[in-house]
Amino acid sequence: MTTIDSRGASPDQEQISAEIAAVHRAASRAAPAGGGEAPNHPDRGFAPYRSSLLRHPLRPLVAAGGDPEAAELSGPVFGVTDVTALDADLTRQHIGEPLGERITVSGRVLDRSGRPVRGQLVEVWQANASGRYAHGLDRHPAPLDPHFTGAGRCLTDDAGRYSFTTVRPGAYPWRNHINAWRPAHIHFSLFGTRFTQRLVTQMYFPGDPLFAYDPILQSVTDPAARARLVADYRPDLSVPEWSLGYHWDIVLDGPARTLPDPEEH
Amino acid sequence: MPRPTPSQTVGPFFGYALSTPGGGDAAPAGHPDTLTVHGYVRDGKGDPVPDALVETWQRVPKALPGSLRRDPVTGGSPGRDGVGFTGFGRVATDADGHWVIRTLAPPATAPYLAIAVFARGLAHHLHTRAYLDPTASDRLLSALAPERAATLVAQEERQGTHRFDIHLQGEKETVFLDFHHD
Repeated sequence: MTTIDSRGASPDQEQISAEIAAVHRAASRAAPAGGGEAPNHPDRGFAPYRSSLLRHPLRPLVAAGGDPEAAELSGPVFGVTDVTALDADLTRQHIGEPLGERITVSGRVLDRSGRPVRGQLVEVWQANASGRYAHGLDRHPAPLDPHFTGAGRCLTDDAGRYSFTTVRPGAYPWRNHINAWRPAHIHFSLFGTRFTQRLVTQMYFPGDPLFAYDPILQSVTDPAARARLVADYRPDLSVPEWSLGYHWDIVLDGPARTLPDPEEH
Repeated sequence: MPRPTPSQTVGPFFGYALSTPGGGDAAPAGHPDTLTVHGYVRDGKGDPVPDALVETWQRVPKALPGSLRRDPVTGGSPGRDGVGFTGFGRVATDADGHWVIRTLAPPATAPYLAIAVFARGLAHHLHTRAYLDPTASDRLLSALAPERAATLVAQEERQGTHRFDIHLQGEKETVFLDFHHD
């Protein structure tokens, strides 16, 4: 579990927010002049997120690109034997209906050239509507929902689309600091076509008042990059009398140089 | 050009979603050439990381699907079929930070397991490699100082069993790789 500050103090939100602001100021001062690309991913060492302190490498990463034989240039494949239609509807995995606001979350998985990433496994997991995970170590005393596990998966279609039916997860407390609450989010795991495209991320809901206070979301220091983690509410994706629709596209990283797609003309 | 979606931590509670029975058994059941690769994930104080996810990938002769099989009736995870070799292993560390993968030897052209490490506290996963043959001639190993290269070489404990510890930080910090600047 998340520990209280290793120095023995219990930081409060005011202190964590001040630390976040200081890192953001430093990042904006270091922004590339002339509009170069701001960092897309968070630094692994982001002190306001206390769990990162002892878990991020202190030495620079070693550049390993350029080897055409590298195993990392291919990746695991998944097929119809890996998923069932049931897997993408998290509201249908038990006998009864889960409690909460039913939602549809869909979007496309793209590579850095904007091409659809097809036939790839997308996995999601989340807390229930009360903010409790179906995980034995989650001791948040919010009710467990016997009709909701909160894990789903699907394969992207030929246009790179994925879609899940689920319920909106609740906010929940965590012990990063006194009175730390995480904004509602859905965890996503994506494979892509090569091991270097592997991505684990989180989707957030628009307008959540907890955004500014959350060191995990705020570990992404570029505001534009942070905005890419927030889904759009889309009335056209809402299913009448059934669910609210959210749209979220995911762009996988990987070497900037991409191989030509033989299926493209 | 679209910009990449930022990475976020896997968090502590991925276990009921990403772990599948037999997720570490990449080799076909009963294969006589099965290798066991195991080790501990440790933090900067040397403490075990009990909420890490270790994924391994290696070159395979033929890409086969089916490594995270689901039951069509219950939607549960019956695990692997035990027949095909898909090259992919995925396992969570136990309460002591320990993980185990059973796989087949990677080919001489890429003689290592490619590894991705995820954990609570890691905002972005880490890539590394476990070389199973210490005599392998390899462009990455030969470009590193010997003591750094040694962090990428698994130790053969006995025939068919290799030990590969992952140190996220500190004295024995593992070499982690960046593939995004080529």
